[in-house]
Amino acid sequence: MSSTVGAVPPSRAASPPPSAPLHRRRSYRLGRWDLKYSPYLYVAPFFVLFGVFGLFPVLYTVYVSLFDYELLSGTKEYAGLENYRLLMQDAQFWNAAYNTLGIFLLSTVPQLIVALMLANLLNRQMKARTLLRMGVVIPNITSVAAVGIIFALIFADRYGLINWLLGTVGFDPIAWRDNRFASWFAIAFMVDWRWTGYNALIYLGAMQAIPKDLYESASLDGASTWRQFWSITVPLIRPTILFTIIISTIGGFQIFTEPLMYGNGLVRGGVDHQFQTLAMYIYEKTFTGNAEYGYGSAMSWLLFMMIIVFALINFVLVRRSVKGDKK
Amino acid sequence: MSVMRRRLRIAAAAVLAAGVALGSAGCSKKNDDEGSTGEGGQVKLVLQTFQNFGYDQAIKDFEAAHPNIKVEHQKMGELRDFQPKLVQWLAAGSGAGDVVGLEEGVLLGYVQNPDKFANLLDLGAGEVKANFPEWKWNNALTPDGKKLIGLGTDVGGLAMCYRKDLFQQAGLPTDRDEVSKRMTTWQDYIALGKEFKASGKVKAAWLDSATSLMQPYVMQNSQTFFFDKDNKFIGDTNPVIKQTWDLGLQMARDGLTAKTQRWSADWDGAFKNSAFATLPCPAWMTEGVIAPKSGPANSGKWDIANIPGGGGNWGGSYLAVPAQTKHPKEAYELAKYLTSKEGHLAAFKEAGAMPSDIAGLDDPAFKDKTSEYFSGAPTGKIFGESVKNMKPVFLGAKHQQVWETIFEPQMQAAERGRLSADAAWTKAVDEAKKATS
Repeated sequence: MSSTVGAVPPSRAASPPPSAPLHRRRSYRLGRWDLKYSPYLYVAPFFVLFGVFGLFPVLYTVYVSLFDYELLSGTKEYAGLENYRLLMQDAQFWNAAYNTLGIFLLSTVPQLIVALMLANLLNRQMKARTLLRMGVVIPNITSVAAVGIIFALIFADRYGLINWLLGTVGFDPIAWRDNRFASWFAIAFMVDWRWTGYNALIYLGAMQAIPKDLYESASLDGASTWRQFWSITVPLIRPTILFTIIISTIGGFQIFTEPLMYGNGLVRGGVDHQFQTLAMYIYEKTFTGNAEYGYGSAMSWLLFMMIIVFALINFVLVRRSVKGDKK
Repeated sequence: MSVMRRRLRIAAAAVLAAGVALGSAGCSKKNDDEGSTGEGGQVKLVLQTFQNFGYDQAIKDFEAAHPNIKVEHQKMGELRDFQPKLVQWLAAGSGAGDVVGLEEGVLLGYVQNPDKFANLLDLGAGEVKANFPEWKWNNALTPDGKKLIGLGTDVGGLAMCYRKDLFQQAGLPTDRDEVSKRMTTWQDYIALGKEFKASGKVKAAWLDSATSLMQPYVMQNSQTFFFDKDNKFIGDTNPVIKQTWDLGLQMARDGLTAKTQRWSADWDGAFKNSAFATLPCPAWMTEGVIAPKSGPANSGKWDIANIPGGGGNWGGSYLAVPAQTKHPKEAYELAKYLTSKEGHLAAFKEAGAMPSDIAGLDDPAFKDKTSEYFSGAPTGKIFGESVKNMKPVFLGAKHQQVWETIFEPQMQAAERGRLSADAAWTKAVDEAKKATS
């Protein structure tokens, strides 16, 4: 279908004889309209859907964030930027932002590095290559709730697998939930388990597009494998690395299910909020207690801005640090 | 050919775009036939409940007795899925059923903002007041006593579940009457725990967590909990709360608690590993939680004694009539029937829900119930007594929020040594003040 769009031969549609009967002229006009407007109509479904389910909620969230809007009591009063002012002073919000950033860094940095190494290994000639390549994405297609339950058991404080192993070799058990860093580590581990293979596969796809003769001439010049990796592979897949970093930033900042399952399904995120993320705090404020939609909307909007800022920072940093081909 | 094709294409695109617009508009259409009056004066009522209220048979009986009323029962899944939807429907003024199920904590939240619900006293609910235990009735009443927003469905009751086999190993009595006698007060209960521990023959702790003491102890010893009747937070000044907090944490320091967090993977593991010997348990927890978590291997090792201090309750629900209903009278009739003795007993038969209706509690169908898993304990009698013996306590709109999301976790932090007892207390009070201001 798409191949016929706009491919109407001009000789047939254009320049009818001036004495043409009325219906010929009308079809000529329709033909012009077709050429002019139908491409927009074809893409319209996406934009209509995006407008209804994407843009409108985002803009409406901005609107709601300007109100003192509590569903339980039914108050809805215009409050200007009051919600944002309160947010700036809300220690729990900054704690959640701190946790989110911590978990994000702790998960994304090792995840992308390991994915890059993994992709490099999978890019070699070996036996059962397809099987291995497919194998690394299996964690990604498991349900995140199931992952959460299993890892919550592995990292359980008293009867967990890891603490049991530590006990058998004489170490003290780790307080996987009460210790902030331990809880971040466990959550980051969960995230990495699911997403490393996915990113590796994306890197692999990019690596396969690199012409082989580049490596051949490099090895003729005596470059080591390591040197080839850093000087050929990484710069040439730079756009892909940028893509994965942006996607990881968007996903990482919205992390919700993993810490929720890890904390026994409570949005509190540990007895002292030590692993409550922003998404969990938004949920806590918006959908439990007083259902403070205004406050929750202000937080959601701020999270949106944070994601954009961080994505841009990452974009600039990566562009600077990884030297690409100069175009 | 090309003109024809092009015309078709334009038409198709237009239809597609219109379809998208219509489709999204269609999403907002819901329940618009709700509350409609059909031919012959037939009234259709929508009943919305969560989990399993066990009302299938009771609704059939109600419809048979009221041929002009048709009931559509919408089972809304888990409470956490239903609750946010209900909040939205009530705020939007449409979408909520004519009768809705409210869990106790949710109901308490609405007692402070009752204008979304019909006043059941205006609909004649005063006639059934004597059917319910006073505390169950009072929970649904606004502080000024002028508006009632719900009628009680099930209750939880409270008893002390204990491990007979561990008691025996430690040289304690195992017979449930004997055990009940040895722990009539909480002080007795703690003393017995020390004896259990001092025997040196058991590895298990006495209680699952220090926090388990809090709810029953405060409810038995105070007329208020975290809030006074004006819904002002008094958790920091109510002496019984601090007293219970200290008592529980002292038990933890004496090594009497297993320091496990309720509903966590470790709590599940503690059941399987027999890590504690006693647990205050409501009726729904016996067959629904303890039996499956302890597993068939521990069948017949658990038994049930009376709760120290005399009575208690944990959990339970209500039926309310949202103010947006078009048929308040018929909706009240339905709620009244479902919370009558007949409705309660039908729900007990179908879903094991413990009645809150006094006559229902005394009915042999409930009272003679025993539990095989718990060594044949007369659960109907034990739990029934605990509900009837309970004194009314004013809980306040945000009771559940303050307990479950603030005091309980802070007490756990103190119990496990993440914070000192004083630091945790200060934090809990600060957080609660912030959440309730």
